[in-house]
Amino acid sequence: MDARSPKAAPRTAPAAARVPMIALYAVGLAPAAWLFYQGVNDNLGADPMRYLEQSLGLWALRFLVATLAVTPLRQLAGINLLRYRRLLGLLCFYYAALHWTTYLVLDQGLDLEAIWADLVKRPYITIGMATFLVLVPLAATSSNAAIRRLGGKAWARLHRLVYAAAIGAVLHFLLVVKSWPPEPLVYAAIVLALLGYRLGRSVLRRLAPKPEPRRRAA
Amino acid sequence: GSLATVKSPFSTDEKPTSLQDVTSYNNYYEFGVDKGAPAAHAHTLRTSPWTVKVDGLVARPAEFSVEDLIKGSTLEERIYRMRCVEGWSMVVPWDGFPLADLIKRVEPLGSAKYVAFETAYRPEEMPGLQSMFPVLEWPYVEGLRLDEAMHPLTILAVGLYGERLPNQNGAPIRLVVPWKYGFKGIKSIARISFVEKQPETSWNRQAPDEYGFYANVNPNVDHPRWSQKTERRIGEGGLFVKRRPTLLFNGYAEEVAQLYSGMDLRKFY
Repeated sequence: MDARSPKAAPRTAPAAARVPMIALYAVGLAPAAWLFYQGVNDNLGADPMRYLEQSLGLWALRFLVATLAVTPLRQLAGINLLRYRRLLGLLCFYYAALHWTTYLVLDQGLDLEAIWADLVKRPYITIGMATFLVLVPLAATSSNAAIRRLGGKAWARLHRLVYAAAIGAVLHFLLVVKSWPPEPLVYAAIVLALLGYRLGRSVLRRLAPKPEPRRRAA
Repeated sequence: GSLATVKSPFSTDEKPTSLQDVTSYNNYYEFGVDKGAPAAHAHTLRTSPWTVKVDGLVARPAEFSVEDLIKGSTLEERIYRMRCVEGWSMVVPWDGFPLADLIKRVEPLGSAKYVAFETAYRPEEMPGLQSMFPVLEWPYVEGLRLDEAMHPLTILAVGLYGERLPNQNGAPIRLVVPWKYGFKGIKSIARISFVEKQPETSWNRQAPDEYGFYANVNPNVDHPRWSQKTERRIGEGGLFVKRRPTLLFNGYAEEVAQLYSGMDLRKFY
């Protein structure tokens, strides 16, 4: 959430709270650095561009899943990682941006005609692009100043777009593979569970006899 | 190499993809769906002894051991382009013999119009066959029209780079049809049957609107989910690989286009 005093997040493990955020960003971006290093040294196998492109996309999806796991973890397991949600969300965005750039520059060689044809004719590209576009306003409004400017409620409503991004991301993954290999199906199941949990909870809340005073954006 | 071969006029003079890349980047779903899985897992397949059963509409059905097939034929080096339906390509120096040689030995009957192929079915040696959610229906099956099977470009390969086939490339014997997408090149063949009707093929069964029986390489007929206009040549350019245009019939149009004269290639994809 923010980098105010650790007292603001009393349930966060104290040791973790002391790790500076910048170090966590460095850890989160380490896979990208490693991939580029290995790529430049031709250590990414027979099809290095594809490996890089797919790995970056997969990391984006992993961080998206991690971002979505923060709320259920707090509500179900009492583990409060709210302080790291912005970090996880931004890492998702950075990886999505690198994945997107790899597609545009290394995969398609900035061939605008081919990219446009892909965009209008290939649902997995259309969905992938739309998913990335959805992430842009979320990343752009991730700062404390943006939250203040928008107001908590509007900000929370805007950031529910992350659910659309999650659905788009797994569809993008499922549509790009042949047959039904396990990996995209596993991610689809995890996203389905994380979104289903929220849906179930909101339905239950609506059905509950007595109104709950506290409402928090999930 | 350990295989004695003669050169062939059908070979391309394009630079062959490195042995390392040809043997580490494979689609062989019986051993897993990742490109590296076949190289990691296919060693469990016992490829010797191995027989290929040839049956169906033939005058002389028989079982051939791979060793006999190798001894009984003049192996040729055939350096072919290989285009995968996924949009990448290689140049592979195969060692093998024309499928037509085998077909002539079994004397197909006049009623035989198609040739059906079947990969070995060995769950205990093929981890992909033990999966709870199989990616394909096993065993893998493929097929060719008889005239495609008789075409001089169509070979049964038993080696590459002068050595016996590595397991991940379809040991001990596999089909190579260079003008078709790679998935037509069925691996580790256990049975070849001559039939009257067009046989079922694995990928067509899995997604009939995406993978046809013919599966001829064609830049003008897209896969429904991706373009087939261009391809990435494996081992070329590293991260900065440049796409090259895909050629009609993978560049073998001069040799094979007449097989499909009068056919709508959009319909018979």
